[in-house]
Amino acid sequence: MLCSFITMAQDSTANKKVEMAGVMRSNGKIYVVVTVLVIILSGLTFYVARLDRKIGKMEKEFSGK
Amino acid sequence: MLRKNWWKILSVACLLYAFIAGFLGGVPVKPILNETIRNLYFHVAMWFCMMIYFIVSVVYSIKYLRNNNLKDDIYAIEYAKTGIFFGMLGLITGSVWAKYTWGAFWSNDPKQLGAAIALLIYFAYLVLRNSITDFDKQARISAVYNIFAFAMLFPTIWIIPRIMESLHPGGMGNPAFNTKDIDARMRVIFWFGAIPGWALLGTWITTLRIRLKFLEEKKLSNV
Repeated sequence: MLCSFITMAQDSTANKKVEMAGVMRSNGKIYVVVTVLVIILSGLTFYVARLDRKIGKMEKEFSGK
Repeated sequence: MLRKNWWKILSVACLLYAFIAGFLGGVPVKPILNETIRNLYFHVAMWFCMMIYFIVSVVYSIKYLRNNNLKDDIYAIEYAKTGIFFGMLGLITGSVWAKYTWGAFWSNDPKQLGAAIALLIYFAYLVLRNSITDFDKQARISAVYNIFAFAMLFPTIWIIPRIMESLHPGGMGNPAFNTKDIDARMRVIFWFGAIPGWALLGTWITTLRIRLKFLEEKKLSNV
């Protein structure tokens, strides 16, 4: 019982100390959200751009006929 | 316009700006709304884009009725489809936002009902269109209906929600743009990031659909 209390106390103090002040963790970690959104947006852009190229190729094939 | 690239890059650049500045930029501190005020760049932008696409669609429908060019009919239907899609996103995102600010996903607010009715009228446009097999008749009837559907946007979205009491901001005036709710920092991101970004992205997707439709038509006429 006492042991677990001690470890709990240690954990909580440890948690407080291990606050790394990296950019990504500042401001309530909002930068993580921004990064996720930018990844999604670039993924979607890549996807739509590929679709664009594919349709462009098909158009060329048709006009070549 | 259909196959140029610069505006596609511009669209992504605007969206990147809206995403990054939208989350990191400063916003007015408001009770209840809190950080959700940032939804302006996403939820409100959906409705703006829907309106833009519906306007483009109805212009092409009128053009079709004047010159009977089936190309204009394809433009009209594809822009209407994109508009409906953005409207649905607007309704869903609005309802999520409402859950955490008004207390319920759906509270039969005049704004919500009006938007839902407007979308149902546009759903009927798709149903009506697909129920007609003759090409010219299909194009003609759906162009006429599209004008009716567009006219119905005025009472359902522009007028009734503004004269009735509503939970939505701007119940008695301009929705979303109460000068006391939004400040200059947000306005810049909204007008130069979110609106052009989303509007051009939807246009990009629409042009892809239009090009695909043209290819299908060519295939049909070649066989």
